[in-house]
Amino acid sequence: MRSLQALAIVAALCGIVMVAAVVPGFRPLLGIAVPYLALIVFLLGMTARVVGWARSPVPFKIPTVCGQQRSLDFLPHHKLESPFTSWQVFGRMALEVLTFRSLFRNTQSSLTAGKNLAYEPSKWLWAGALAFHWSFLVILLRHLRLFLEPVPRGILFLESVDGFFQVTVPTLFLTDAILVAALLFLLGRRLLDARLRYFSLPADYFALFLLLVIAGSGIWMRYFSKIDVVGIKEFAMGLATFHPVVPASAGVIFYLHIVMVGVLFAYFPFSKLVHLGGVFLSPTRNLPNNNRARRHVNPWNDRRPVEVHTYEEYEEEFHDKLKACGLLQEDGE
Amino acid sequence: MKKTPEELLQIQYPPPKTDWMDPTIDFEARRGTWSYPGAAKNLEYLGFPNPREWSPADEDWKLPDNWKEIIHEGFLDLLGRFRSIKIFMDCCVRCGACADKCHFFIGSGDPKNMPVLRAELLRSFYRKDFTTVGKILGKIAGGRELTIDVIKEWYYYFYQCTECRRCSVFCPYGIDTAEITAMARELLNLLGININWAAEPAANCQRTGNHMGIPPHTFKDNVEFLCEELEEITGVHIDPPINKKGADVLFIVPSADYFADPGIYTFMGYLLLLEHIGLNYTLSTYASEGGNFGLFLSHDTMKRLNYKMYAEAKRLGVKWILGGECGHMWRVVHQYMDTMNGPADFLEIPRSPITGTVFENAVSTKMVHICEFTADLIHHGKLKLDPTRNDGWKVTFHDSCNPARGLGLLEEPRYILKNVINKFFEMPENTIREQTFCCGGGAGLGNDENMEMRMRGGLPRANAVKYVHEKHDVNILSCICAIDRAVLPALVEYWVPGVEVSGIHEMVGNALVMDGEKERTTNLRDEPLSGKEE
Ligand code: SF4
Ligand code: SF4
Repeated sequence: MRSLQALAIVAALCGIVMVAAVVPGFRPLLGIAVPYLALIVFLLGMTARVVGWARSPVPFKIPTVCGQQRSLDFLPHHKLESPFTSWQVFGRMALEVLTFRSLFRNTQSSLTAGKNLAYEPSKWLWAGALAFHWSFLVILLRHLRLFLEPVPRGILFLESVDGFFQVTVPTLFLTDAILVAALLFLLGRRLLDARLRYFSLPADYFALFLLLVIAGSGIWMRYFSKIDVVGIKEFAMGLATFHPVVPASAGVIFYLHIVMVGVLFAYFPFSKLVHLGGVFLSPTRNLPNNNRARRHVNPWNDRRPVEVHTYEEYEEEFHDKLKACGLLQEDGE
Repeated sequence: MKKTPEELLQIQYPPPKTDWMDPTIDFEARRGTWSYPGAAKNLEYLGFPNPREWSPADEDWKLPDNWKEIIHEGFLDLLGRFRSIKIFMDCCVRCGACADKCHFFIGSGDPKNMPVLRAELLRSFYRKDFTTVGKILGKIAGGRELTIDVIKEWYYYFYQCTECRRCSVFCPYGIDTAEITAMARELLNLLGININWAAEPAANCQRTGNHMGIPPHTFKDNVEFLCEELEEITGVHIDPPINKKGADVLFIVPSADYFADPGIYTFMGYLLLLEHIGLNYTLSTYASEGGNFGLFLSHDTMKRLNYKMYAEAKRLGVKWILGGECGHMWRVVHQYMDTMNGPADFLEIPRSPITGTVFENAVSTKMVHICEFTADLIHHGKLKLDPTRNDGWKVTFHDSCNPARGLGLLEEPRYILKNVINKFFEMPENTIREQTFCCGGGAGLGNDENMEMRMRGGLPRANAVKYVHEKHDVNILSCICAIDRAVLPALVEYWVPGVEVSGIHEMVGNALVMDGEKERTTNLRDEPLSGKEE
């Protein structure tokens, strides 16, 4: 049900854009206003979000430790799973952000023979997520060739690696294929796994459908309609230099692509996609496990006095009993 | 427990057809899976709001009229004070990696025991009340109106999480459902909703210094009684100092260790060890609790109860603090104490007077885990040990959640065990160390009325014990947690009869060759040593 709601919304968006794009008068709105607006919303929204997070303090140092602590010299300290120094935290975070370390740990539990629990390694989610995120990043970077002149060497290199298998004309970019495959996998598991379906929200499907439309329209233009890249580059350069002109040669699918990318960017700060920033700020991952060695300061600690039970109060209440059993200091020793 | 293990194993994993956003909990029908609410007298003693007598099975929970407002304001306050909760509310992508990592889900199949959905119970309210999209779009954006039924659902599921943090290990953003549960419990507390198994120990601890409510003279009696037992078994007379000013070290243990079987054997082990090395230490009646059930109620309550540790160390003028075997106690000591009640600048950097080792990892908090302390002693050859005395035991080790995922205290207990016993077997890889499974009774849930849920939640742990029991004939489950020692015996009796539960220092105590001891014929449980049976 929730998947259909999301599908309906994405379909409606597509319909509106495609109808609007037929009318030449709307094209500047779709091709120029939407990208600028989306970018502004994205930048302001993400800034607001990150500032919003940062405004709340981290009162306690609460890493989730996943390896041996640094304690006695003869016990091997696990520097990445239980980081003690900032560099070690950096290492842990790098592993997390670049290789999705925690997802790599994934297991699947099952009750076999009705009585034995087993936990099999399960790397599919990790592989799918990694494939999606990395190919998305590469594709994003590849698009920079449209906005920069001359095209930076790094991007040319990226393209040559990505297009290593020259199986189609124009050259097939591996990442295009991987992106679509990964998205379909992520969507498929959400739809087919009853457990996942049970807690998935419309927003979870929405993001996937949106990305599929973006990928699909991009692939269509590159491999099938063979869009005039020179014209698109002129358009992109225009956007980048604030002298935007709508491309003469572009058709409806081009506008669909542009607007959906705009929707993605504008939607970003208001959705779960903010995990892009949040992953860096998660206190269970980005703090060192050196709690007993370096004191962590909580800025509001002193502003929240609590009612304690002092020794004097305790002694008063238990005075006679302490005395009777010889535990009262004054007359004791 | 009325249900048999076979009945309990009929777990339905496929989720129901209904929408999870519609809450209804039939408390009457679900007896055995929830805990009784905090008694009025305990709430009153702690100064908590809305003390009253009530039952979750009642229709009317006797909440203040403005309950909705209280929750809204309370959450706003938490969002302002804890970045963790903001990040955890915003970043979950519902990837499901955490879904089958929770022992309560594995043991019950209840989809709301999937950490992701447990968190969504709170997150849906957050979206509705605090995010623009959720305010406008409501349900389609995952927002949910706060109703009394939602509150009841919170009570049920946030007191069906043992704050073990296993889910957090697997989450790509480290989302820690234990943290979310803690926040939800803070909110419920504002309405006077909590469980008695947390509130009563907290109230007791505030008054008497320990969860059990043991007054000082009884404390002394208990300790003396255990010393008599020890003398009978070992022939060694020990007279542990209590409330002694000017001792080098203040030794704080969880109260269950001097109160109940099998914790008392661990306590006997501690006493033998400290006597063996001649440490100048003291116990305290005022700080007679290592554990801290405040952790299961609210941050403020945790801070209040924890206050006694440093206060007592200061009053007695000790150099540093040594802490016994307890799980959640060490989460508090390691991750909260210094921040809440430090700095401990009146103490000295902990240094073992026996080996000269400086505990670099505790230079600020100035409290050392007894496993760190003992491992260091063994490493320096300071203990005379006869591991054959433990030959009757085939041992496996249960990593308690908090020492594992809060401290990374993984190797110290193993190092000790391997030096004091000869027969050690690990449980399967995905059930130990940072992936360890909870005992099912932490965070205040280890009470009798919650027995069915305890057995369900403890299933993954018990199942792993069963594996080594069947494969290697393991007959004792060793652990470093007082809650474990209180709740695991019932668990293994239910799922794996024939396995006992012990602390690490009980094993140490068995193996220690004391000066002037008589020939040992029994272990600390007063059972004949293997090879010495009549
Ligand atoms: S693993 Fe983390 S991100 Fe994934 S569903 Fe669970 S809490 Fe959400
Ligand atoms: S903290 Fe533990 S009990 Fe709570 S949801 Fe996570 S795995 Fe389950």
